[in-house]
Amino acid sequence: MTDQLELGAVSTGPAAGDLPEVSVVADDELTAARSEPSGPSLDAVDIDRIRADFPILHRTVRDGKPLVYLDSGATSQRPVPVIDAEQEYVTGHNAAVHRGAHQLAEEATDFYESARERIAAFVGVGRSDEVVFTKNATEAINLVAYAFGNATYSTDPAAQRFVLRPGDEILVTEMEHHANLVPWQELCRRTGATLRWIPVTDDFRLDLTDIDELINPRTKVVAFTHQSNVLGTINPVDVLVAAAHRVGALTVLDACQSVPHQQVDLPALGVDFAAFSGHKMLGPSGVGVLYGRYELLAAMPPFLTGGSMIEQVFMDRSTYAAPPARFEAGVPMTSQAVGLGAAVDYLGDLGMAAIAAHEAVLTRYALQELSALPGVRIIGPADTTDRGSAVSFVVDGVHAHDVGQILDDAGVQVRVGHHCAWPLHRRFGIAATVRASFAVYNTLDEVDVLVAAVRDAQRFFGVS
Amino acid sequence: MEKLYQEIILDHYRTPHHFGLRDPFDTEVHHVNPTCGDEVTLRVRLDQATAPGDGSAAVTDGIVVSDISYEAMGCSISQASTSVLTDLAIGRPLDDVLSTLDEFTRMVTSRGTVEGDEDVLGDGIAFAGVAKYPARVKCALLGWMAFKDAAVQSVDTMDSAHTGGADTSGTDTSDTDTAADNAGAPVTADQERTSLR
Repeated sequence: MTDQLELGAVSTGPAAGDLPEVSVVADDELTAARSEPSGPSLDAVDIDRIRADFPILHRTVRDGKPLVYLDSGATSQRPVPVIDAEQEYVTGHNAAVHRGAHQLAEEATDFYESARERIAAFVGVGRSDEVVFTKNATEAINLVAYAFGNATYSTDPAAQRFVLRPGDEILVTEMEHHANLVPWQELCRRTGATLRWIPVTDDFRLDLTDIDELINPRTKVVAFTHQSNVLGTINPVDVLVAAAHRVGALTVLDACQSVPHQQVDLPALGVDFAAFSGHKMLGPSGVGVLYGRYELLAAMPPFLTGGSMIEQVFMDRSTYAAPPARFEAGVPMTSQAVGLGAAVDYLGDLGMAAIAAHEAVLTRYALQELSALPGVRIIGPADTTDRGSAVSFVVDGVHAHDVGQILDDAGVQVRVGHHCAWPLHRRFGIAATVRASFAVYNTLDEVDVLVAAVRDAQRFFGVS
Repeated sequence: MEKLYQEIILDHYRTPHHFGLRDPFDTEVHHVNPTCGDEVTLRVRLDQATAPGDGSAAVTDGIVVSDISYEAMGCSISQASTSVLTDLAIGRPLDDVLSTLDEFTRMVTSRGTVEGDEDVLGDGIAFAGVAKYPARVKCALLGWMAFKDAAVQSVDTMDSAHTGGADTSGTDTSDTDTAADNAGAPVTADQERTSLR
């Protein structure tokens, strides 16, 4: 069975050990609560300048409270250059891309393709035809899952490598966002393949104890998140990619929470596919990205079909365009792609290392201050080692929704609930958590407002 | 904040009334709020207190809410509103309870434009502040919508029992147990109720 499939048999990924360090910063000791980091982080002047670029951060909420936006893990805010780029495109160059020979169509196509090239380069991808624009990251993952499913019905011999059958296995993790879980459940249902998952340990890491059994010759797909949107945990991509490629399985990386916050080089990570969304990285909503190794994209059947994804169309059949057009049926989102191009320019100008260092300072401080509150438990790693800036917690005796309400009253915008990771919450026996998530524009003062508001919530509900 | 979290709400949250699942019951439903994961399992027991009308009357005519019991996991708003519901509904005619439910729904979904009638809503009036927070409306309605679902299914079951039919297919979901499907005490109760008609 396995030799029929040869999934991912041609891997160009580097061997484990050659991979770059993905940890955001050296986890230097926290000597003083609010000491500035010695690394390449952004200083207060930088942050003031950055905040000036984000008009929304200067509004107030709930009767005049300054906005403290700590929900960038759900969606980030957009700086003026992103807003301007969309406006410039719409007011000066708007047309349907890859259609028509008029001047506007040419300009629009140039804007769109230029954005693709810059976004590809931002994640280390040398050839822009390995970057497919999608509606969002959810659609990007569905694109892969449906293309694999469609391989069952494809007459193209090249597509046969993606066919899944009963006995095959798809491996995910217990910490996945629903977007990287439900599409694989559905693919298993359609093909008869079996869904398995890597459990999560009590200290909020992937339990790799049985990895050699979980990733075995029956494993055809290993889909996992780079960084948990709840725990903040950064997963060992190198270990999972190496194990997957040993058995010829394809890897699909959910990079939604990593690409906006740290330098990510997708080809260097060695993954076969990766998905991320524009609106979590200072860009517009309505645009996401699927990265796929070209050789795989070129062999994959389409997901959505229709205009502009074709090569030739006859009344009874069609042939398909080369990637990425094959996966971009219909007139695509354009101003959003242009806006995302401006967002990666903006992030690149700030420097991802500096952004990661700044967010690590915020995360470290938030972890320290929140865990110092009696009755507050962090749901995620306690320090910033292999950890991103999503800080989830529970307050004993106060439901997350109620905590969030008190925080909101103080102007602090956080996410409450299961954050689209219900099985992970169930794993820890909790219904809901409060999640503060940071971006480059957040400050230590905002962490103080958060912590004070959590204390207020404890007082209000009589648990402190 | 005090407008949202009135003392009545906090009291019901700390000490919920009629909590726990009890027999006998007609229908059990399980409702969740998918956005936050709050959930409630709720049982309803209805009885035909007076003979139904001559067929021109509503199918709910003469039906009394004998018991509502529940187990729930959720925020203060959802817990307290379910507790208040049980106080308002148990022992009252179903028609009245459904009117109260409509008034409660109208108030909490009004974005603050409907004050709510305290004579109809009783302690339910404490949830007027929720209307200003659209994200919390679903919390306030979780138990109430579960009740409505369970009551409608119970009435359907009573109605089909009354007309000699036994078609419960419309209520036969994985989240629902009707007495007709259950061996044991509820069936006896069901027969007893049928004899009242």
